[in-house]
Amino acid sequence: MVTGVAEIREVVADVLDPEVPVLTIDDLGVLRDVRVEPDGHVVVEITPTYSGCPAMDAIRDDVLARLRDHGHADAEVRLVLAPAWTTDWMSEGGRRKLAAYGIAPPHVRGTGPLPLSLSVRCPRCGSPDTRETSRFGSTACKSLWTCRSCLEPFDHFKAL
Amino acid sequence: MTRHAAAPGSWDGRATPASALPPVAEYSLRLGDDALVLAQRLGEWVSRAPQLEEDVALANIGLDLLGQARTLLTYAGEVEGEGRDEDDLAYLREERDFRNLQIVERPNGDFAVTIARQLAFSAYQLGLYRSLCGSADATLAAIAAKAVKEVDYHLDHATQWVLRLGDGTRESHHRMQAALEQVWPYVDEMFDADELTSVLAGEGVAVDPAALRPPWDATVSAVLARATLTRPEPGFHGRGGRRGLHTEAMGQLLAEMQHLHRSYPGASW
Repeated sequence: MVTGVAEIREVVADVLDPEVPVLTIDDLGVLRDVRVEPDGHVVVEITPTYSGCPAMDAIRDDVLARLRDHGHADAEVRLVLAPAWTTDWMSEGGRRKLAAYGIAPPHVRGTGPLPLSLSVRCPRCGSPDTRETSRFGSTACKSLWTCRSCLEPFDHFKAL
Repeated sequence: MTRHAAAPGSWDGRATPASALPPVAEYSLRLGDDALVLAQRLGEWVSRAPQLEEDVALANIGLDLLGQARTLLTYAGEVEGEGRDEDDLAYLREERDFRNLQIVERPNGDFAVTIARQLAFSAYQLGLYRSLCGSADATLAAIAAKAVKEVDYHLDHATQWVLRLGDGTRESHHRMQAALEQVWPYVDEMFDADELTSVLAGEGVAVDPAALRPPWDATVSAVLARATLTRPEPGFHGRGGRRGLHTEAMGQLLAEMQHLHRSYPGASW
């Protein structure tokens, strides 16, 4: 049984997003906080990527199962909404894993105005000559693109 | 045809008595019901949209709205403090207890009608959530800050289609214009203020719906002009959704949405 907050955080940090199973909830920035209360009760805070993200229930179950396996049956997962999740919280490692998996990673929005015409690179051949097929893709967080160079369709994780 | 005299407590053409809910719960319920009912309507397009990408887009927009509805209904139940959760509120209320605007319950019509409604409602909801981000109620502010980024995409989606259909072929232009005429009678209700919004807006909790009208007009008029469409003339206006008065389509929608939960209480996948 692990007891320190850092160790407990490590136990839950690599729970995978069921819809993009190469990213952990830590890569995504969905894992917000891990606390241990004086009586040993563990509180894990996660935030949804989109309001209707159906992965949240699966992530909650996975986190609780991990904690149980490591001796923490007395645990809860809280959903926090503020501050609102942004793709800027996705780690550098997460962006690389996403591209290797075939999904073009989101642009960093930063704090300034977002230039609207940033090109999205094809995750297969690397060409910037791509076009958006549809703003909405296989899940709420992705849009559908096609590469003009290699002609392959691909998903793009939308900046939010 | 027999005319029935209104029995005590039955519908006499006026609204149900003022809600017994605490004001913030009532307000959260209104916004949650708008999102829930429109999510249900958009879900009807699954497998029926004109192209696969639209099937996916409308389903995703509906999913965003459903997520917003879940947090808003959950919060309404918490504030009420009677132990009702999101499912109780979504599945076990009667038609007259739903507080949504009539625009979201109207049948989908053809694709143009759905898009006309998406333009009108998304532009309204974007202004609403933007203002609500500054609400004195921390939960409503957090829900709005989350949702505003999603609705930004919804408005963009509707705008692209209105431009494409309005400034498209003669047939698409004609049908897009006809769609606007069908949706417009339900536009005014979005901006109706009442006692609840006055009180809550005064406390910095709610947004005054009337204040959302000028920016909405500017946004929508600009899109219609670019799409070579004409803004419909003012005429009949539906009203009463916020007081539980709905159109005939609402009962049918609820029957489909609620029947599984009511027939098999506690059913799960």
